[in-house]
Amino acid sequence: MGVIDGLVAKSRRKSPWLFRLNSGGCNGCDIEFSACLSPRYDVEQTGALLVGSARHADILCVTGPVTQGARTALETIFAQIGEPKAVVAVGNCPATGDVFAGSPVIVGPLDRVIPVDIYIPGCPPRPNDIIEGIAKAVATLPAKGIHARKGAKKGGPAAK
Amino acid sequence: MNTGKVLLGLLVFPGLLYALPAAWLMLWIERKARARMQGRIGPPFFQPFFDFVKLMAKRTVPLPLFNAVLAAGLPILAGSSLLVALSLLPVLSGSGGFVGDLILLVALLEVPALAAVLAGFASRSIFGQLGGAREAVLSIVSSVPFLTAAFALAMSAHSLRLADIATRPIAAARWPAVLALVLCLPMKLRTNPFSLVNAEQEIYSGPLTEYGGSKLALWDLAHGMEWVAQTGLIACLALPLRSGRAVQDIVLMIAGSFFLVVLLALTASGTARLKIKQAGRFYWSWGLAFSLLALVLAVFPR
Repeated sequence: MGVIDGLVAKSRRKSPWLFRLNSGGCNGCDIEFSACLSPRYDVEQTGALLVGSARHADILCVTGPVTQGARTALETIFAQIGEPKAVVAVGNCPATGDVFAGSPVIVGPLDRVIPVDIYIPGCPPRPNDIIEGIAKAVATLPAKGIHARKGAKKGGPAAK
Repeated sequence: MNTGKVLLGLLVFPGLLYALPAAWLMLWIERKARARMQGRIGPPFFQPFFDFVKLMAKRTVPLPLFNAVLAAGLPILAGSSLLVALSLLPVLSGSGGFVGDLILLVALLEVPALAAVLAGFASRSIFGQLGGAREAVLSIVSSVPFLTAAFALAMSAHSLRLADIATRPIAAARWPAVLALVLCLPMKLRTNPFSLVNAEQEIYSGPLTEYGGSKLALWDLAHGMEWVAQTGLIACLALPLRSGRAVQDIVLMIAGSFFLVVLLALTASGTARLKIKQAGRFYWSWGLAFSLLALVLAVFPR
């Protein structure tokens, strides 16, 4: 099984599919995020792909400070992504609330709503930083997969 | 037909052993060519393979309204019918076949479209239903010129046997028929001017919006095999790539398939998505014009 586990871990590193969600921000980070897919930065050469459906995705990239209206959508979309998955908070807003902090309509920062793996600071962050953040999130995926499987078979003979 | 030849066709060439790597290679060429045309570097060579393995090992969140048997059965149905369709292709001269296998081949090639329609509606997602409805409309629209062109080839060869169509001389009707079949390819493979079914940025992924994990991996594989089967059909039956020697025939068929893949990828990256009305009109005018010309030339040879 060692070979197959190794292949699966390698595939998870090589093929991160991204899903982008704006939880009520100013759209600045989304523009920088789109630049990652452009010819200048071309994140596809690492195997990454921007997908339209959350059920296809591995990495959820959230921008914005999480407004009350976006909370349910965020939780639903997070629940629709199959394990192993990672969450990347793109920009200052999901990390701290940034200029929206203290607003009565903000339920963020993001880690009050869903668990966050990687924070990318910046308002907005540069595409280079976003790509680095995605690469760090990708590196967490193989280990998550193994934990998820062991957790599922807890008590069974395969758990050792 | 003996069992050994059937199994050889199904499992080795042009079946599983060829179709599986060719499917991944074609999916990669399509993505790579599109990236190069946009001035990007594009995905690494093994990308479709890694995508497949990753998706197979990924867990899916079950949907209460989505029947699990249908969800898994439809991509398997699509892939296996394509595999049988591929095994019918008479790449090697004297590779059996039977009278009327053209009809079976055409029917099998329509199964993935039907499965995609069912998948879209079975997923109970509004985007899946939109994609399914578009697939239904467009597969009917593009089937008319496709079937007419295939029938014109059969008329010219005076036979419904694939082996006869591939080997007998088809004089005047060949090139209009080839043109009509090639025009139908982007619709059948859902690439760019006619990518209405899985229109990203518009209806997410169409029929596959609610799919995830291993079932999505099977759909991707079926889609890759669709590339192999549809381009293989044209390279094997319609294009005059016959030498009479087995090895040369195989090489010519593979080369013809990959030429069509590159052609399609370049077309896809150079064009934008049409509206469904425009797509329909295109097939009813240009597609039908070339296929009817082929039919006329087949019925009244000089």
